[in-house]
Amino acid sequence: MDLQSLTIDAARAAIQERRTTAFALAEDFYLRIEKQDPEIGAYLTLSKERALTKAAEIDALAAKGERLPPLGGVPVAIKDVMATRDVRTTAGSKILGSYVPPYDCTAVARMESAGAVVLGKLNCDEFAMGSSNENSAWRPVRNPRDLSRVPGGSSGGSAAAVAANMAVATLGSDTGGSIRQPASFCGVVGLMPTYGRVSRYGLIAFASSLDRIGPLAKTVTDAALVLRTIAGRDPMDSTSADVPVPDYVAELAKPVEGLNLGVPKEYFGEGLDGEVRESVEAAIQKLAKAGCEIVPISLQHTKYAIPTYYIVATAEASSNLARFDGVRYGYRANAAHSLSEMYRRSRDQGFGPEVKRRIMLGTYALSAGYYDAYYLKAQKVRTLLAQDFAEAFERVDAIVTPTSPTAAFKLGEKVDDPLAMYLADIFTVTANLAGIPGISVPCGETKEKLPIGLQILGKHFDEATILRVGRAVEQN
Amino acid sequence: MKISDKDVAYVADLAHLELTQEERIRFLRDLNSILEYVDRLNELDTLHVQPMTQMGGLLGAIPDSSREDILEGLRKSLPHDIALANAPDSDGTFFRVPKVIER
Repeated sequence: MDLQSLTIDAARAAIQERRTTAFALAEDFYLRIEKQDPEIGAYLTLSKERALTKAAEIDALAAKGERLPPLGGVPVAIKDVMATRDVRTTAGSKILGSYVPPYDCTAVARMESAGAVVLGKLNCDEFAMGSSNENSAWRPVRNPRDLSRVPGGSSGGSAAAVAANMAVATLGSDTGGSIRQPASFCGVVGLMPTYGRVSRYGLIAFASSLDRIGPLAKTVTDAALVLRTIAGRDPMDSTSADVPVPDYVAELAKPVEGLNLGVPKEYFGEGLDGEVRESVEAAIQKLAKAGCEIVPISLQHTKYAIPTYYIVATAEASSNLARFDGVRYGYRANAAHSLSEMYRRSRDQGFGPEVKRRIMLGTYALSAGYYDAYYLKAQKVRTLLAQDFAEAFERVDAIVTPTSPTAAFKLGEKVDDPLAMYLADIFTVTANLAGIPGISVPCGETKEKLPIGLQILGKHFDEATILRVGRAVEQN
Repeated sequence: MKISDKDVAYVADLAHLELTQEERIRFLRDLNSILEYVDRLNELDTLHVQPMTQMGGLLGAIPDSSREDILEGLRKSLPHDIALANAPDSDGTFFRVPKVIER
């Protein structure tokens, strides 16, 4: 079977019509992973037993002629920040190097209930902190389109696995751009849903007011299908919203004609690569030809987004990561003489440099005497950033921007300069701060054949519109 | 310089991190450079702006009573052996840690 063009519907149909079996398809993918992944590094753990058991279940349904569920037999993979029962879950960190969760993340459970075959767990930056996947404690991921370049991060494995046809679709998580930026770098579709749209039960927390789970896929239709599967209220997550889930796939059929698309001038200024600009502007012109009204807008506080983000996100991270103490699970340092020494040594040896840097920054921002100057200030500016979007969405239905200021950079290029690395997220963090959804869709290539992504941002709980615009970009 | 090596040591202590001498030097440099960048937030007058303290407004009211697990009575805890399965050290009943009381 040609894995390259295989979409969710095509895989499911092939199994339903008995042209292949879910079992054979899973084995095809494992063969491909065995062949391709040593040079890419997308997978951290394979869950073969679990995958083949599920595949056999789907084949039994198909053999009886029963209608397969929407993801029936479709090989998928999961970013290693989502808990999988009896399958090692490390969050890309040594501190969870041998952690085997006793329960499933809700999003993973919903994928499996819809028939998906979970091939394994995907590499990522440690605790999802990074923009290049070079902060993984295990190994970096390489961009399948150019092995000297990064796949983006933190969901680098999730994007690379789809781009290299080592999974039909994957789940990633996005706290400041971690789904959209790697999707853009690897030339795939990546969707970050609205805050509260998808349950985060079983997601290893980084920054709780920002974290989202969402799909990476080859097509907008596949992303819509996965979102439809994982969205909706979950009693296990009190921050999941009780908002009806539309049929995102059916909604794609609606025309984009007449939609007002905002183009914020702040996203096209200094620092934007020329080829990225050209490609994004060309995509916007195509949307205009498809009948969209292009509206120049301003999101005036944009330049304050990165500093706001790095205070809010690190403050929350310092609090969330306090749970790693070497007592109940995770790594414990040997030969400590007191409890406090045991905590300190376990954390020192278990966490990598970027995680420690962020814990330090966040702890400082929350510490007595600095709370008002940093954390409170950042929360106030966050209000202003959210207001920018609220005002813009009174006039427009969606906002289109570049996903990232550049195409994929080289491994090692930014590792010594944390601030330069943080600026890779300059166009994506605002959506996390405002709680709105965003999608990155491939819109072209540089002369060096590196993918470029168009980002489409939408109103709260209006994933349907950004998916629809994304589909129009894809078709052009 | 916004922060000194004394601050770095103090914050590391708060965060239960020990840090090597090299890390302390590195973080002193990095944190100062990041905080300098963060300073641009002070260009904005936020005296009358409400802080965005949580995302809850977006989700609508979720009364505790809507939690199915509570309606049905408290959710079952993990069985003892499973709860202890990932522990670095346990005696089969409790998590075991180094002595807490120092003499």
